[in-house]
Amino acid sequence: METTTTPSQARPKRRRQQGTAAILLQFLGSMNLAITLLVVVAIASIIGTIIQQNQPYPDYLLKFGPFWFEVFAKLGLYDVYSAVWYLFMLTFLVVSTSVCLWRNTPVMIKDMQRYREHQQERSLRAFSNKREWSTSLDAAEVERIGAQALQRHRFRFRRKSHGDARLLAGMTGRTNRLGYVFTHLSIVVICIGGLIDGNLLLKFREWTGQLQIETRNIPVSQIDESSRLPVTRGAFRGNVNIPEGRSAGVVFLDLKDGYVVQDLPFRLHVEEFRVEHYDTGEPRSFESDVILTAPELDAPIHQTIRVNHPLVYEGYAIYQASFGDGGSQLGLRAWPLRGEDRDPWELEGEVLQAQSVEIGGREYRLELEDFELFNVRPTEEAQTRRDVRNVGPSFTFRLRAPTGEAREYHNFMLPVEVRGRQFFLSGVRSSPQEDFRYLHLPADSRGRPDTFLSFYNSLQDQDALRTASERAAEATLAEYGLGDSGLVPQVALSARDLVRRLLEEDLPSVLHYLEQSMMERQVPEDRREMLMTFSRLAMERTLWEVYEAARGDGDLRPVSDADDDGQAFFRDSLAALSAMDLYAAPVFLQLTDFDQVQATGLMIARAPGQPIVYLGSGLLTLGILLMFYVSHRRAWCWIKPRPGGGTELLLAGANQRDPLGFQRSFGALADELDARIKAAEVAAGHRRD
Amino acid sequence: MSTTPENVMEQFDERGFLRRLSWFDWAWAAAFLVGTIYASVHFSQWMDRYEQGILYLSYISLVWVGWVWKPARAFSVVVTALTLFALFQYPNLEAAESNFFLNYLLASQSAIMWMCALFPAATVVYFAGLLARSEFTEKVGSALTWAASGAGLIGLLVRWWESYLISPDVGRIPVTNLYEVFVLFAFTTGLIYLYYEHRYRTRALGGFVGLIITASIGFLLWYHFDRQAYEIDPLIPALQSWWMKIHVPTNFVAYGAFAIAAMVGLAYLVQARNPEGWTRRGLPSAETMDDIMYRTIALGFAFFTIATILGALWAAEAWGGYWSWDPKETWSLITWLIYAGWLHLRFTKGWRGAPMAWWAIVGLLVTTFTFLGVNIFLSGLHSYGEL
Ligand code: HEM
Repeated sequence: METTTTPSQARPKRRRQQGTAAILLQFLGSMNLAITLLVVVAIASIIGTIIQQNQPYPDYLLKFGPFWFEVFAKLGLYDVYSAVWYLFMLTFLVVSTSVCLWRNTPVMIKDMQRYREHQQERSLRAFSNKREWSTSLDAAEVERIGAQALQRHRFRFRRKSHGDARLLAGMTGRTNRLGYVFTHLSIVVICIGGLIDGNLLLKFREWTGQLQIETRNIPVSQIDESSRLPVTRGAFRGNVNIPEGRSAGVVFLDLKDGYVVQDLPFRLHVEEFRVEHYDTGEPRSFESDVILTAPELDAPIHQTIRVNHPLVYEGYAIYQASFGDGGSQLGLRAWPLRGEDRDPWELEGEVLQAQSVEIGGREYRLELEDFELFNVRPTEEAQTRRDVRNVGPSFTFRLRAPTGEAREYHNFMLPVEVRGRQFFLSGVRSSPQEDFRYLHLPADSRGRPDTFLSFYNSLQDQDALRTASERAAEATLAEYGLGDSGLVPQVALSARDLVRRLLEEDLPSVLHYLEQSMMERQVPEDRREMLMTFSRLAMERTLWEVYEAARGDGDLRPVSDADDDGQAFFRDSLAALSAMDLYAAPVFLQLTDFDQVQATGLMIARAPGQPIVYLGSGLLTLGILLMFYVSHRRAWCWIKPRPGGGTELLLAGANQRDPLGFQRSFGALADELDARIKAAEVAAGHRRD
Repeated sequence: MSTTPENVMEQFDERGFLRRLSWFDWAWAAAFLVGTIYASVHFSQWMDRYEQGILYLSYISLVWVGWVWKPARAFSVVVTALTLFALFQYPNLEAAESNFFLNYLLASQSAIMWMCALFPAATVVYFAGLLARSEFTEKVGSALTWAASGAGLIGLLVRWWESYLISPDVGRIPVTNLYEVFVLFAFTTGLIYLYYEHRYRTRALGGFVGLIITASIGFLLWYHFDRQAYEIDPLIPALQSWWMKIHVPTNFVAYGAFAIAAMVGLAYLVQARNPEGWTRRGLPSAETMDDIMYRTIALGFAFFTIATILGALWAAEAWGGYWSWDPKETWSLITWLIYAGWLHLRFTKGWRGAPMAWWAIVGLLVTTFTFLGVNIFLSGLHSYGEL
């Protein structure tokens, strides 16, 4: 029915004697391949969204186990989108599109230029969209009317005589064909731009071993030349953290499980980094005041970089990407929890640095990791996300035992209110995958951890414990009316035993132990309850005696310690005591002082392919709009004089892609033609038969 | 019909598009122009030059839509009037509870709740009309859909105002979290559907489209009551950009169009099981539904392409690269490729019918994952709209 040849229909006819190249071209430009590629690339892309990309390699190892870790690494699944096989598929897509474009563009252009005025009446009659008139108007009049109607419907047309008949061959929406060209061209253009920015050169150098990936965390000055890239005109994207008051002239490009260093043709000096907060404690802005200096600059550039407001210099774009600690100075008080000497001592440290400390005769490595000035947390009675409070500074550190085993701690500087009481919180975990579990150290009435810690330490003092347990045994026995039964040493011993258990385990297991031992000794049921209460009382009295002695110790005595408060503090202390074994730290580090130094995390990128990609994007948008919203239509008016006077008119039309829409617009054209003819007939005073 | 020349010539309009516009078209456009200029001056303190540009661009789009699709004019007038009325009643947040109109109708929570009630009602009514072959009932369905869309739009506009009432530095356009974009999705889908209803002169598909809107409202309600998602949180720094104002709405026109395509696909498959029966009930012909599917996918594809490009431009400014293979970006690409496949099959292979309907439905599943699943299951740069 359609005589306009669509490209896909034209193809089979061209199948002459085919060489290999022709067959290959045929294959590359085929629709089936195109659709297959579209779907396959879509599916392959999913992988990279399921496996988080570009994470540290040890994380993957932990997640997948050694076997699959290797397999996935070989397949490039940790950076799918630059894996060879993925790039190969993309290349295939580009080649396929290019072939299609190369083959079809000439066809399209021709299609845009040709009006098909050689169409014959017979073939026009074969169209499904057609209408005919027979009118008494003369042929010239009908031709004029036809031309008017076509013009009104935005058809451009050519006239041609076929014997005594005249043909108006109209066409509209030619740019639709350009839409096809633009759309497919844009895919190629975008991919080329993307490829430029994908920095294949870097990958190639890494692949051929010219570039070594550095995996150690060492100062830039010590990094080997083979891991450094000179100033380049090519693409890269890297990060650098610069502490306040310091400057940098390089960025680090993450590669596989390490990085390489890219030199920059300028230096960035960071004056200040700021975080501003909303009332809710959420960050409102991150800003860095930077000074950019370069040899070719007369005056340095001062600018504030914010999220969404990068600084662009000579094609290098500098973004606010992250922030962190830039080496804050921390003043710490160390409270040893093990060993003989339990006196606290002071030390200084710098975040991001490590030092060795001796605790209880053993050498530990203290790695200060982070310092945070604000810690915004939900309030206890929080109903909504807006109910938050700032609980003040905190710092994170890792304590590495001589065996190499390390635990990580997160300590707050100030006491935090929990259910009406004040506690020093200290989180602990043994691997980054875990959440911190917080030890609640009760703060004394002066807001210090001192009372609890000296209480805890007194419990290790065997002499003090013995005295306390004896006094406790006496008092308890007296209460039960057994004042002079001579049971004091025995009760004191058992109380000390329970205290030791409490320190090593926790309260429930102490109680459990008591029950067990009574069963073993076959204590009758009815006396167990009483005995349990008795033993527990003796233990608590012992603790109380130690606590009393500890807080009476010199300047540790609380200034105004109402008794209720003292009781509550004691209860909190007992809870903390039974958690101490889980805390399992040789030392409690108290933050006493700090001098914060922040570091800004800048991302610096060069993307010379960007204008190309943007050009492609523009082409793509334009192409798609043309393809969808400009309809390429043809219409013909075949005007033939009737043998006995008057004229016959045949209107036929064709559109390749949108039959329903065309039916409507063809109907409108035909209706208009009809109305014009009738009007002309009336005007001419004629009547149609 | 008598055939005097004048009479005949009336049947086709010689005049160009602009000449054909009525006085109301012009008055309407002029009124909104005044409003736009007023807003651009009155709120200039809160807008940079890009945002001024977006304001005028929105005005131009509105006028264009209203002139092409006449019912949009009355709709815009009613929505504007009600929104302004709400703002005048709204000096501070407390008014939302003390003022009768705000409390029951126009405060963003109330308006959105109205939307949540009206869309499911419209769906039921549309289906009732379809099954009972009652044209009147179907008209009621359309009216409800108009009202629901209006309520949703008013809800968001008032919410915009409310965000500034909380505190000027919290104020921002309400298209920044999952809760808000679900409202956006519901009423954009409603409006796009109404356009096609008007254009194809059939209300029979209303129930089918209503299904997907109702499903999204089910999610919205869960999110509202279970997670208190209606809270207005201040914007994190990465989202403080005028790009968002064009990127997000553009995306949601696309999502809405894809959703309609899939639902028409569903109707297509339903009809294919009993063509005569359903055609008698008033479902459009297979060809018509096929055509609507194509139109909506084309519309969605065009908007999706533009939205993705806008996203890339924004990413270049915010994250330091126009494309980072972030999960959301990657899934956008996947969605885009799936629909590109659909278009190729239709254009060059001439596929029609059930496979294309299925493809459209699968397309919507992929779209839904891009829109929602990525936020729930995958982490990346786009994790703002987390559950
Ligand atoms: C933006 C999305 C795209 C759209 C809307 C689109 C549209 C079209 C259209 C309308 C045609 C038919 C032209 C005609 O016969 O009139 C076509 C053909 C084709 N397209 Fe695409 N295309 C897109 C992307 C792609 C991509 C990414 C590829 C790469 C694989 C591709 C490869 C092809 C091929 C191989 C043909 C067949 C050409 C032929 O008939 O020989 N297209 N496309």
